[in-house]
Order: sequence, then C-alpha cells, then structure tokens
Amino acid sequence: MSATPEAPKTGFQLRDLGKMFGSGSNGRQVGILGALVVIIVFFQVFTNGLTLDPTNLINLVNQNAYVLILAIGMVMVIIAGHIDLSVGSIAAFVGIIVATSMASWHFPPAVAILLGIVIGVIIGAWQGWWVAYVGVPAFIVTLAGMLIFRGANQFFGNSTSVTVPDAFTYIGGGFIPDFGPSTLYSNGTLLLGLLVAVVIVVQEWRARRTQTEMGSQKAPLWVSGVKVVVLEAIVVSATLLFAGGRAGTSFPVSGIILGVLVLVYSFITRNTTFGRHVYAVGGNWHAAELSGVKIKRINFFVMMNMSVLASVAGMIGVARAGASGPNDGVGWELDAIAAVFIGGAAVAGGIGTIVGSIIGGLVIAVLNNGLQLLGVGIDRVQIIKGLVLLIAVGVDVYSKKQGRPSLTAILMRGPRSSQGGDASAPIERPSIAPTNSAEESSRPKSTTPN
Amino acid sequence: MRSITKEFPGVKALDKVSLVVKAGEIHSICGENGAGKSTLMKVLSGVYPHGTYEGEIVFQGRESRFRDIGSSEAAGIVIIHQELALIPQLSITENIFLGNEPRRFGVIDWVQAKKRAIDLLARVGLEDDPDAQIKNLGVGKQQLVEIAKALNKSVKLLILDEPTAALNEADSQHLLDLILGLKGRGVASIMISHKLNEIEQISDSITILRDGKSIETLDVKADGVDEDRIIRGMVGRTLENRFPDRKSEIGEVFFEVKNWTVQHPLTAERMVVKNSSFVVRRGEVVGFAGLMGAGRTELAMSLFGRSYGTFVSGQVFKDGKEIRLRNVSEAIKNGLGYVSEDRKALGLNLLDDIQDSVVSAKLSKITKLSVIDKVEEHRVAESYRKSLRIKAPRVDEGVNKLSGGNQQKVVLAKWMFTDPDLLILDEPTRGIDVGAKTEIYGIIRDLAASGKGIILISSELPELLGVSDRIYTIFEGAITSNMSADEANPETLLKSMTSAKKKVNSP
Repeated sequence: MSATPEAPKTGFQLRDLGKMFGSGSNGRQVGILGALVVIIVFFQVFTNGLTLDPTNLINLVNQNAYVLILAIGMVMVIIAGHIDLSVGSIAAFVGIIVATSMASWHFPPAVAILLGIVIGVIIGAWQGWWVAYVGVPAFIVTLAGMLIFRGANQFFGNSTSVTVPDAFTYIGGGFIPDFGPSTLYSNGTLLLGLLVAVVIVVQEWRARRTQTEMGSQKAPLWVSGVKVVVLEAIVVSATLLFAGGRAGTSFPVSGIILGVLVLVYSFITRNTTFGRHVYAVGGNWHAAELSGVKIKRINFFVMMNMSVLASVAGMIGVARAGASGPNDGVGWELDAIAAVFIGGAAVAGGIGTIVGSIIGGLVIAVLNNGLQLLGVGIDRVQIIKGLVLLIAVGVDVYSKKQGRPSLTAILMRGPRSSQGGDASAPIERPSIAPTNSAEESSRPKSTTPN
Repeated sequence: MRSITKEFPGVKALDKVSLVVKAGEIHSICGENGAGKSTLMKVLSGVYPHGTYEGEIVFQGRESRFRDIGSSEAAGIVIIHQELALIPQLSITENIFLGNEPRRFGVIDWVQAKKRAIDLLARVGLEDDPDAQIKNLGVGKQQLVEIAKALNKSVKLLILDEPTAALNEADSQHLLDLILGLKGRGVASIMISHKLNEIEQISDSITILRDGKSIETLDVKADGVDEDRIIRGMVGRTLENRFPDRKSEIGEVFFEVKNWTVQHPLTAERMVVKNSSFVVRRGEVVGFAGLMGAGRTELAMSLFGRSYGTFVSGQVFKDGKEIRLRNVSEAIKNGLGYVSEDRKALGLNLLDDIQDSVVSAKLSKITKLSVIDKVEEHRVAESYRKSLRIKAPRVDEGVNKLSGGNQQKVVLAKWMFTDPDLLILDEPTRGIDVGAKTEIYGIIRDLAASGKGIILISSELPELLGVSDRIYTIFEGAITSNMSADEANPETLLKSMTSAKKKVNSP
C-alpha cells in the first residue's frame, strides 16, 4: 500500500498507457489484448495477408460467434464459482427442436426462435434448481446435463440431420443488407462502422466527465487522444475490410448478435445489482450471504442464463450449417471454458470479465484460423491450443504467487523498482470453496488462537 | 521452556515466557483470550519450528529443536487441539494409526492394528467397536480416541488445548479422571482450560500468562490456590486511558429479545443458545461477555436473519412490535447490522475494492431500476474514507491491500451505510493494533451518541468495561448476569462467565 501521494503526472509515463484501458485492475485484459494483436500480426505476415482478408474475417466471425456467445454466459457462471459442461449438448438439443419445428411442423422462423429460447429457459431452470436449491455441485449437474441433452438430441432427431429453411440461415450466415446508392462498399456496414466510431468518442468523453465528477485522478488528455485514435483506426479499417469484400457480403448478422449481447452483458455485470451480486457470491459467499445477498437466487439465474445463451448459440450454429445434426456442439463447452480462463477469470470464482473472455475467445479463434491457413493439421492445432491455455493461466497463477498483479501488468508498469512502493500484497483468498457442505458452514468461524 | 519470545508481524505474541513442567505432573496454563497460551503450545509442539522463535526448549534434560510436529511427537510430546484432528469418515482404528500404520512388508497389518487399538481403547475406557466410524461418536468419545492415538505414540508429555470445551459434565469428568490416571502412569500433562473449577480440581501447578508474558507459577497445594486467586492473576493489568467518554444519552428500550433458543446446526440435542432474553436501549452500548464457545457469536448470528443454527423458539421486538427476521435481507430491512468476528472469511470479499465493499450490504441505496450509480458509489465511499480515516490512497484500492484495522473500518463503513438502528459488533478489534482500536472505540461511541443501539461482543474484558454502558454475561448458551459497566469489574464478570450460578437481574 502506498502511503506517499503519487507524483504529479508530467510527460510520458508507461502507467498512463495502461490507463487507456481503464484503471490498473484489468492489466490482465491488456496483456491478453496485446497477445491477440501479436498473434494477428504474426499470422498476417506468415499467411501473406490472408488473415486480414475480408472473406477470412467474415469466416472468422461466423465460425466463432456461437462459442463467443457461450463464453459470455460461461464467464458469469465461472465468476459465481461454478462451471457448465452441458452447453454444447443444450445447444444441440435446442437446435434439433428448432429445426424440426420449422421442417416438420412448419413454424415460421421467428416463432421457432422464440420456441428455442423458451426451451433454453426451461432447461436452465431445471439445472439452476439442482445447483441452487438442491445444492448439487454444478460440475455434476451439468455433466449429467451434457449426457441427458446429447441423448435427447439424438433421440429426438433419430440421430439424423434436419435441414432448416433458407430464411432461418440468415441469423447464422446472413449479412447486413446493402441499400442506397451503389458504392464500392456495403453501405449497411459503413453505417454501422460510423455508428461505432461515434459511440467510441462519446464514451471516452463521458468517461472523462465521470472521472471529473468523482474527483479521481484522470489520465492526461493525450492518453484519451491516443486511445480514441487507435480505436478509431481499428474501427475504420475493420469497417472497410468487412464492407469491401466480395459482392453480396458484408458484416455478418451473427457478429451483430454477438456485439449486442456483449454490450448488454457487460453492462449487466458491471453496472447492475445482479452483476455485483454474481461477483460477491463467487468472491466470498459467506460474506455475501451476511450482506443480504440471496445466494440461491443468484446461482439459479446464473445457471439459467447460461442455458438461454446456449440455446441462442445452438440456433446460430444450426443456421450457419443449414441443418441440425446429432453431433452439433460437441466440445463447444470446452472452447467456451478455455476462452474464459485465457481471458483472465479465476478458477476459484470472483474474478473475470465479459470483454476479457471475448478477447480470450478471439485468441483461440485466430490461432485456429491462422494455423489452418498455414496448413497445420487439426492434430497439431489442438496441441498448440492446449499449450496456450496452460501457459496463459500458468503465467497468471505464477505472477499472483509472486504478489504481482500479472506478468503483463508488470510489462505495462515497468520494472518493480520504479513502481514507487506499489508492491501489492499477494491476493489472500478465504480458503472456503463455494461448493461447501452444510458441515463447513455449521459453525461460526473462530480461527484465532486462545 | 526458557524465555520463549515469538513475534508475528506487528505483534509480540510471547515475550520471554518461561514454563517449567515437572515429570508426571498436571500443569495448567491460564490466561485471557489472546494471552498467548495457544501460541506457547504451538512453539512447544513444533508447529512453529525451531528458528521462528527465540529462547530454548529443554525436554528431559536436553535442549530440543523441533522442526515440525513429527519431531516433537518422536520425542514424546503430543498435542491435542481444541479442534479435533480426526477424520470423520474413517474408523477408530484407522484414525489411531493414521500416519503411523503398523506395516508388514510395506502392507498395513490391520489385524495387528486392531489388536493394539482394542488395547488402547481399553486404556482410555472406551468400549466402542474399533471399526466404528468417528462421525458416529460423540465429541467426548472422539476426545478419548485422540488420547488413545497419543498413547500409541508412547507419549510422555500430553498437551490438551481446551479439552472439555465441547463436553458435557459427565464426559468432562471422565476425561479429567483419565488425565489423572495417566499421571499415575508417569505421563505429564499440560492443560489449557477456561473452566477454572476443573483446573483447580486436577492441577498440581498453574502458570498464568497475561499479554504474552508469564506472570507467575502457582503450586496448587502449597499456595492454597482457588478460583479467585487465578482470576486475580489473569486480569491484574492496569486499564489504560484509551477509551472515549460515554457522551450518549441513553433512551428508551427499543430492541428486545425474549426466550431466544437456538439449536446447533448439526446436533439437534445441543442447544447453543438457551432461553436468552435481553434488551437494548437507544444510544446504549450493550456488552456481551463470555468465553470462547459460550454462544455469543451464535446468539448474534442467529438473531441476524438466522444465519447460524436452527431456530427453535423466541421472539424479537423492535419499538414494541414483534418482528420476524427469517433471512439476512429481512434483518437489514428491519435495521439490523452485524459486523462479524472474522472479517476476512465472513465480513469482506477480499477481491473487492473499498467502494464496492462499502456499498455491498445496501446496494439499493445507490441504484435506480437496479442500475448502480457509480458516481454516487464513489462519493459515498470517499466520504467514509475521510470520516473514518481509512488509510488508503483511493477508494478503488483493493481491500486485500489494507491493514487489519483499516479493513475493519471498511466493514464498519459497510454497515454504517445500511443505516442500522441496532449494530451488532462481534470482536470488532480482534487482531488490530492499539491505535486503530482506539479509533474504533471512538466510532462506536459516536454511533451510540447518534441514537443507535450497539451490541458489543468482545473477549477483552477491559474493552467491554471501557466502552459498554451495560454488560450481559453468557455461559454455555445462557445469559448468566446483567450489570451496569460502572458496577462490573473483571472479577465479577469472569465469575459469571465461568459459572451458571449467578442469578439474572431483571434489566
């Protein structure tokens, strides 16, 4: 803990750069973002520009939107101290019902989508009830769910594929429609890009205004400037890439759905009572309970929300493939979990962010994609993905043991000696697992000797 | 043990403590909570290895340097902790030989083990099947299994930390007889106990610790020691002038608990709170004195939204009306706050920063349609940081980086933010330094002066006497006395804390 007031900021400081991404607490996210940029540049060079080719980018979004949607729900589950292994099977089960409802029962796509979401809610309530009110560990409940809903998918579909009407494929393989005067670019995507660009500037301005209101230390203006310029450059080039691809293509609809979900859930986790309570339950459920948090209700809704997002992901997956099959969604849960942990969530709960998990998911996605472009076989891709997960979390655990926020945070802040007494104590966690028994909670804690 | 000094960061737990135990005697160690009894025993049994303390241990004429518990056990010193170290799912035999299994060709010889177990059980007077699972035994029998385990290690010096704390009268007596029996066979014992009558009954000599120093060693027979003599030794410290003035005006009774009875959450026949009734007035600080395990925390937590034990019976009245507090959020809505005794495990989410922690018990005060107003959150936290003088550069500092005293101030701020009418403080100054303690006393008195009722649970008698207006004592789950702080003194308090005989005056 630093008792001396911090020196006034003059000129360039490495720490200010870190502030581009918010205050020091999410140094981990910055690190993963850095890793993502390095990976993209690496593949861009070694694939001779194929990586950032419009067609490949569109593929990248379409192929990974559903895993990233799962990661949104998964990070909340993991923050609350649970895990969900059933999402791939739930996605497949919802997929087969939605596909059948359109193919055999002639539901219009909109109604079918509604049906899919309702099924997600019901499955989620089922699993949430077991976890929250019966008290079966989520690992077991969702392991059972993984078997149950995989079987249900194959039982319901007789282990065959069911094709979906073209209208439905729009949510998985469609693009933002073009309109207006004919340009070299897709006008819809250009408009979207413009919107995002404006929002970025407004957001940064509002963030600075809030900081002024709070009277907290602001990063120098140039930091905001650089941040906005960098972000705008990314938005502009991405817009031009997506808008300038093959005729008839533009930004994928699945990407829009993903984007909206990321915004909504980021807001929920950061700015609402529910979000705060999810972190509280995962961080120390004893303390949360004694602060009046209704733990069971939180656990119930976190598990339920995951299943709803799994149903959304399942429908997008079916729409992209054009059919629902018996092996849809196999392994999705593991991809989502890997994304969340690469994105900085803690295995013991209490720590994690939506944006971090999305970045973590993108790291895996770009690795997958780039290695395939380089002609690396699926066998070796898996080995590399496994190692990346292990190293990313290993670095995190190691740096916490050393009492530093993370390796990347150190890189951002410069060597320890120049930190000016900012040596942070190692994070102490109460040694209480969230899945404890009645026995453990039966006595008030009294740990002091005598 | 000669001149043992043990320091923890910021605290000198033991200061040149000496202890002489003669062969084959029963030696008791007395002292208030925090006097250093357990720390001393941990040094002796190798929990704190040689090198982490100063001074020397001489055992059977030779200086001993224990690296760990294993090496002290090899020498014949066995400690039995207050929290029993048995594995509930394993059988008696398996527990007795855990880590010390008789082997033939590397394979555990269970026949041999069981034969020896039967023999050991006979020696401690336990007639249970050696294959019975530990979890099916009562605490008294478990204690005997622990002793059998120690005997198996050919113990020469047995250390018992509060061996009878969880036992009923009959089991306690059996255990004490057993300890006397071991003495007959040349096994010396060191006993730590809060139950002074037991100490008086079986000890040959008594060493009194106070504030980490060894005050005196009494020979029970020669000095004619009785309970009063022991109490005088335990509390004989000067009260420093570190308590703020009582400046509040005490108003009407506004909070009343009648016949409160609570069951132990696991064992239905054990009542942890028995038929307790008490009142709190506006602007009054009401102290609760009791030994560890007497039921103070259990009483407080069961009142606070039934967060402990199983509710059996009792009523709570606030402002003359009966209120129901079935869960914590109802308790908070009815104006109760509870600062737990274990701030790290129960009071704070150590992953949070200060501002998140401060608002966490009443988020509704800063939300609109359940969206958090972060500017307001920051403002609130900042104002508490200033008014309570929390030493942190900013309110987005993680609470895990704060010292104990400052963490405790954050917890206090968290509960002050809920604007409670009745604030229950459970050991609010445990483990924090003297300066921060004084500040916290000031905060407590300020809260009382603003008309709030305060319940102060503390193991430190000077603190209770210095801060409270009135004090209840609890012994084995029942309220045993009620006295105003002016007429109370450590001797009278300790007497009511260690026996149920005293009559309860009506408030």
